Amino acid sequence: MKIAIASGKGGTGKTTIATNLALSRAEAGERITLADCDVEEPNCHIFLKPHIVSSEPVTVQKPEVIEDRCTGCGICGDVCEYNAIAVIKKKVLIFPELCHSCGACSLLCPENAIIETPRNVGIIEKGSTAKLSFVQGLLNIGELMSPTVIHTVRKAAGNNGHVIVDAPPGTSCPVIEAVKESDFVVLVTEPTPFGLYDLTLAVGMVRELGLPFAVAINRSDLGMSELTRYCDSEGIDIILEIPDDRRIAEAYSRGEMIIHALPEYRPLFDSCWTEVMRRHRLPLSKQKEEVL
Amino acid sequence: MKEIVIISGKGGTGKTSIVASFAALAGEKALADCDVDAADLHLVLNPVITYREDFSGGKKARILKDACVACDSCIETCRFDAISYKNGGKITAESVPSVNPIYCEGCGLCVRICPAEAIAFEPRVNGEYYVSTTKYGPMVHARLGIAEGNSGKLVSLVRQKAREIAEKEGLDYVLVDGSPGIGCPVIASITGADVIVAVTEPTLSGKHDLLRVSDLAGHFRIPLLVCVNKWDLNPSIAEEIENEARERGAAVAGRVRYDKAITRAQIEKTTVIEYTNQGASRDIRALWDMVRAAL
Amino acid sequence: MKIAITSTGEGIQSKVDRSFGRAKWFVTFDTETKTVEAHSNDQNIHASHGAGIQAAQNVAHLGVEALLTGNVGPNAFRTLQAASIEIFLLDATVETVEDALARWEAGDLPGIGAPTREGHWV
Repeated sequence: MKIAIASGKGGTGKTTIATNLALSRAEAGERITLADCDVEEPNCHIFLKPHIVSSEPVTVQKPEVIEDRCTGCGICGDVCEYNAIAVIKKKVLIFPELCHSCGACSLLCPENAIIETPRNVGIIEKGSTAKLSFVQGLLNIGELMSPTVIHTVRKAAGNNGHVIVDAPPGTSCPVIEAVKESDFVVLVTEPTPFGLYDLTLAVGMVRELGLPFAVAINRSDLGMSELTRYCDSEGIDIILEIPDDRRIAEAYSRGEMIIHALPEYRPLFDSCWTEVMRRHRLPLSKQKEEVL
Repeated sequence: MKEIVIISGKGGTGKTSIVASFAALAGEKALADCDVDAADLHLVLNPVITYREDFSGGKKARILKDACVACDSCIETCRFDAISYKNGGKITAESVPSVNPIYCEGCGLCVRICPAEAIAFEPRVNGEYYVSTTKYGPMVHARLGIAEGNSGKLVSLVRQKAREIAEKEGLDYVLVDGSPGIGCPVIASITGADVIVAVTEPTLSGKHDLLRVSDLAGHFRIPLLVCVNKWDLNPSIAEEIENEARERGAAVAGRVRYDKAITRAQIEKTTVIEYTNQGASRDIRALWDMVRAAL
Repeated sequence: MKIAITSTGEGIQSKVDRSFGRAKWFVTFDTETKTVEAHSNDQNIHASHGAGIQAAQNVAHLGVEALLTGNVGPNAFRTLQAASIEIFLLDATVETVEDALARWEAGDLPGIGAPTREGHWV
């Protein structure tokens, strides 16, 4: 099963929940892969401290002109919607960072004068801890194309046991790329005006994507009842509540796992998992197996 | 007119609360909420919208059912898996594929190769931007549609409008609330700014993320000021962060202590500065003085 | 020859626009016929990315040989160079398009051999 941990607002506790959920499951004997898809600012490694065994570049295709064949007709520049190609005085200029690798220029060049070559935009690292498998992506500074790196991380996590994805914050395309094809999404929030507002955006996103989801509330006793009232009125289940315990913040600041530093919180993560399992709709074939 | 952009690298460090406080402290200014993906500044500055305009961030392809001959050329050429048959295949003789606007990147390739010219290529409205008044000054903010791509274009537009207002009205500052991360929206928030204030937290994550942010500031050669918020949650990491920042050529603008008043002010829909004079409020005043001095 | 000045308005009394890629207008001046024309850069103001590249192409298509502007990023610079367009820098003392022209004619404006700033999106 693939579970994505996402949120509208940054800093609500996605990484805390993703890592503690993943490790508590792994320590209970399940096969778990943690995929850190927050490729702009990956943090899961700070807490899980994986041993990295491989590091590979993530590339995107960029166009390259075969000068002998080019007639300077300018069609490539015309068809590029991203201004990544300019044709001046019959010379083709390519701006790779703007290229979306759509393939239009190379496909539509009447002289077959454009080929595509790879360009590095980030790296993907794979590894493990004693208990679980680990994949993370890192976008190169100054690059724009985080979805490509995220896509690579998701694919690399594969179907190796249960996959828990730590998504980037927000509701736009990098997040969508991270939560795509998940079986369930846990939306993390906090009971503050910012937390509630951004949750409504995140709820809109998962509903737009048609993904089953539930809410986890961090610092739950901060005391804004508007949040629980919102979930109630929208028929949204709350499957995890972590109190505003300063010790949690301090353990987090030191890069420690909550379930190790404060073991009394482990049952919260266990029951969160149970709740996800209960709500996750199994595909028809598996449901039949259950019945038989 | 000076443009100050406040970013955080890592989300949830208190950036927006600090921007709101600066709004209460700075003299004549225009505000720009460039965290368009999850814009929160309006929740404490209470803007009154005086102008709104649709925002179109690119084009989207749309298959015209009546003209489509279901040759599947578009499905084969689309690199973004954006085109498919809704029911999984050609169920009936009339089945035609459709473009999923969430995945369509507006490259136009399908439009150009369709043998039946059956694909429309239209500007897509994927958000709105607003010009508002607040008691702190004019504010430009935006709402990106849910599940829309954030290319940074809307961010650029919000900043541009704020700068135009500041220039027209002869204001001293533009205060920009930036996005978390280091990607497109952040780049669009910071380029051309006079100074970046990076707000972080005294955690290993905060430290790690700040380093990425400082690389980004260096890449674009913009002066960087660093502020550790909630510093007393881990004073030794706070100090490590400040030392690392200095080593990388950034300046430390100040520290703000952990203070529940920040959340209480948010719940009261006001800025920390107006909520109290004590605690974090005092730290933020000192922070603002340092930022002003650095310009 | 034709020169282009980035401008906030359509006439020679307009204030110059220091941005290139997202300038509101390009005001062109033909040194032989002495005619002044204004060309809107509207399509680029809201461009996602690559406004500088597009603006450079537009200016090249106008047959411009020299450009007077405040700032040129690396992508725009590269495109202008490929078009063999000379670039002259408007400093903070230049106010209107008319000023810019006068200063250029007097040989007062420095030419630039490299982009004036890092890549930017605004």
